[in-house]
Amino acid sequence: MTWFTIIIAGILTYFTRMTMIALIDRDMLGDKIKAVLEYVPSAVFPAIIFPAIFINDYGTFVQMNDPKIFGAIVAVIVGYFSKNIIATIISGLISYWFLIFIVFN
Amino acid sequence: MLSKKQLFTRGMLDISPHMLSVIPFGIICGAIGVELGFDPYLVYAMSIIIFGGASQIVFLQVLSGGASSLVAVTSVGIINSRHLLYGAVLSEYLEKLSLIKKLLISYFVVDQGFAESNKFFKKNKNEQYLHYHLIGTGCTMWVCWQISTLSGIILGSFVPAELGLKFTIPLTFIAIVVQDLKKIDHLIVMITCGLSSLLFFDAPFKSYIIIAPVIALFVASLLLRLKK
Repeated sequence: MTWFTIIIAGILTYFTRMTMIALIDRDMLGDKIKAVLEYVPSAVFPAIIFPAIFINDYGTFVQMNDPKIFGAIVAVIVGYFSKNIIATIISGLISYWFLIFIVFN
Repeated sequence: MLSKKQLFTRGMLDISPHMLSVIPFGIICGAIGVELGFDPYLVYAMSIIIFGGASQIVFLQVLSGGASSLVAVTSVGIINSRHLLYGAVLSEYLEKLSLIKKLLISYFVVDQGFAESNKFFKKNKNEQYLHYHLIGTGCTMWVCWQISTLSGIILGSFVPAELGLKFTIPLTFIAIVVQDLKKIDHLIVMITCGLSSLLFFDAPFKSYIIIAPVIALFVASLLLRLKK
């Protein structure tokens, strides 16, 4: 039964990936829609970023002094100036570790 | 004009830094599945059949929480509905491909791959074999995801939870959008999306993940109107 459910979930997921790529023609999208689609990365990824920082494992808001908020701020600053993905991730993670293992320990 | 191989390699290189977060997340995903008491073969099969990190975890958590299969499938569908937006953006660059190629490439569309390939496409619109970049990002992601979820399933959570490596997920997406912060319109769209995702966090089936982007895109369309 679970196997069947996974296959249905897989087909559904595949359809979310395939539908627009396979069925949409360039002419079907007007210039206005294309201009709005330029914003897709900015309009989607914060919905992954914000909850992962501001909401904890129990579904409630974190405190203002949560190490994740600090780590994220460091990552934003380092990422902005370095333009480097690895530097962004490592700096955020290290500053987060610094707080949870050294400061708050 | 770059060759197919060069584009594929470029795609691999462009996405590889994100493996810093994908690999620990894959290990966690695999380990959680087994810890929740599911058949290891089933947990691994999800990495091939669904191939979508967060949705795989939610699927198993929902089922192990005693909810019906319908609820689990609905959650996966809603969480992954953001791919519709990625597809709409990518369709412009993939339109010349045959239907069969479109159907095959679609399987490899993932968050980080979309983000990096879209950045590359915008700068190199005239390349003939652009789609090889997307295949490069997608295949790299696929291989790393298979290996990391499999090692999580076999070895259990050998990455200690105390390290908090889940935190690399928001970091990897910060790295993707951070350069757009200097554009005021993008900044407004990002803040709208982020705040909406917090506001609708408790909406059923994790639907905040698509509600927030829809609100943010609506704000984007208003901003475009103001710009004129």
